[in-house]
Amino acid sequence: MEPFTEHTGVVLPLDRADVDTDLIIPARFLKRIERTGYGDMVFYTLRFDAGGTPLADSIFAKPQYRGATVLVAGPNFGCGSSREHAAWALREYGFRAIIAPSFANIFAANAAQNGLLTVVLPEERVRQMLETAATREGYQLTVNLEQQTVTDGFGRRDRFEIDPFTKHCLLHGLDAIGLTLRASDDIARFEASRPGWMPRVTA
Amino acid sequence: MKPRTIIDKIWDAHVVRRAPEQPDVLFVDMHLVHEVTTPQAFEGLRLAGRRVRRPDLTFATLDHNVPTWPRSQPVTDPISRRQIAALEDNCRAFGIRLEGLESRRQGIVHIIGPELGLTQPGMLIACGDSHTGTHGALGALAFGIGTTEVEHVLATQTLPLRRPKTMEVRVEGALPPGTTPKDLILGIIRQIGVGGGIGHIIEYTGSTIRGLSIEGRLTVCNMTVEGGGRAGIIAPDDQTFTYVAGRPYAPQGRLWDEALAYWQTLPTDPGAAYDRRVDVDAATIAPFVTWGTNPAQSEPVTGRVPDPSAVSDPAARRAIERALAYMALRPGTPIQEIAIDRVFIGSCTNSRLEDLRAAAQVVAGRRVHAGVRAMVVPGSQQVKAAAERERLDRIFTDAGFEWREAGCSMCLGMNPDILGPGERCASTSNRNFEGRQGPGGRTHLVSPPMAAAAAIAGRFVDIREWRA
Ligand code: SF4
Repeated sequence: MEPFTEHTGVVLPLDRADVDTDLIIPARFLKRIERTGYGDMVFYTLRFDAGGTPLADSIFAKPQYRGATVLVAGPNFGCGSSREHAAWALREYGFRAIIAPSFANIFAANAAQNGLLTVVLPEERVRQMLETAATREGYQLTVNLEQQTVTDGFGRRDRFEIDPFTKHCLLHGLDAIGLTLRASDDIARFEASRPGWMPRVTA
Repeated sequence: MKPRTIIDKIWDAHVVRRAPEQPDVLFVDMHLVHEVTTPQAFEGLRLAGRRVRRPDLTFATLDHNVPTWPRSQPVTDPISRRQIAALEDNCRAFGIRLEGLESRRQGIVHIIGPELGLTQPGMLIACGDSHTGTHGALGALAFGIGTTEVEHVLATQTLPLRRPKTMEVRVEGALPPGTTPKDLILGIIRQIGVGGGIGHIIEYTGSTIRGLSIEGRLTVCNMTVEGGGRAGIIAPDDQTFTYVAGRPYAPQGRLWDEALAYWQTLPTDPGAAYDRRVDVDAATIAPFVTWGTNPAQSEPVTGRVPDPSAVSDPAARRAIERALAYMALRPGTPIQEIAIDRVFIGSCTNSRLEDLRAAAQVVAGRRVHAGVRAMVVPGSQQVKAAAERERLDRIFTDAGFEWREAGCSMCLGMNPDILGPGERCASTSNRNFEGRQGPGGRTHLVSPPMAAAAAIAGRFVDIREWRA
């Protein structure tokens, strides 16, 4: 996983609440068996019409948001299906950080596993960011994970909270499986003490 | 000892490793696997040269993208075929049991877990699917996870999780006539909102919950994630034990006695504290119909499509406007005047035998409205067989419904069962997001009897006035 330390990028304001993972990547694009190949499909229905023609008035088509890497959105971002394809698609499209008042649990976990930082800020601060990014051309934010801050070049400075372990893994790009396997002895000990009534399956 | 909730008890019993500042590493008693969220996880194992630690605690089925036409016909979509083949190969290579397309036990993963007795009280279950909370209906703690976490469980049989907060949703009173467990959970989500349960594991308690059948409890727990909940659980009781007994993977003999003795210790201790409590009055539950694009946007069937101009908060107003534009609905339209094109009875929310019986009762002796295409997709091959033994299939097909093979089907539009652009569907599934059932499709979530009645009438009708 690519470590996340600090990132500065253009903000794309997606002013809606409850952005679900079907919106981030529709189910019909999930049939691949690879982790890649989803970036072009991200927010497909917001970017293309039913015939696959780019929507000229889509926020994703506006030149000032081209190359945006910081997504700012409303509360409950990433709700719905557990599909990690949503995180893969956002990363592949180029996003490194998402700022919202709240995130759905499974999405936040998936994002962290893929070096995509989810930043929770109070609703009124997010609203201000949405408004600034909608009016100020090329508006950029800097997200610093070490400091846990979001800043812009105009004096804005917000501090955010993050679970220390998630922060540690993101900063160092750590693979959780490798970490857990170091506790193999603990797992083996636990296994030896499991009750016998629990189901087992044979292939 | 400090009184504990059932959530605390199961959590504590599964901690493999606890260290300061770190998430608890929890043991997974059963890992359920399906074709869509796993190919990349197996690929990751291969690349790292890792094996599946406990194939005997891993169980696979095909459900999300399988066609529901007769199994004798081939899977025509080449990409679906590739994904199905990938799971078959992976299960073979890693020694995992797969109930595949030909199996009599195949079905939607959340239907077959309970049905086969793989889901038991006190277990910790994980599955790469957000509706895994379903299994909580039997008193298990069940988490939906992403693909990297699937890989983690495959490799280690554990899941590192930060302990969520706890929330009690207490429902008291009798469910009004004409309402079902589906209406109850739609009502709960309506009350707490789609983000209301974020960061919480929800225990459903109270006389209404106790009075639900196991299948009804499965419907309630299934939609926990639609209220943002990390998991949902209902304490096991005699009904639960009776349900589990005798199923293929249920313990027997001495092991049954041991299990039962343990299960009886699981319910929340008197005086145990939750981080949050919500009270729901069962009398407020009505047959609900969603009018919008998230599951909290519903009204009683006797209500009207809301008017955004009556809403003062600008963000909320815009959300309603956007939903109504997508759904092509005018403010103030009576719900019962909304005409539909399609009906879908199925999904892990409402495709068990009781659901099909309730729908069949409404349909018996009637015809699907001209111009409406209606289908019933049983949740598993076993549900299908049981329904056919009761001749429910005949009731549906005589009325003009299609009777299909088991799978997720039109719940998520990954297989050939999808809505066309602009088509409007009364659906017993759990998500009405934009494009969920097919690009441009419009979904109204309802209970099985409400969906059945809509199929006959061609529009939504108040099931309470339906004469059998
Ligand atoms: S029926 Fe629908 S919600 Fe349930 S597992 Fe399948 S796709 Fe997911």
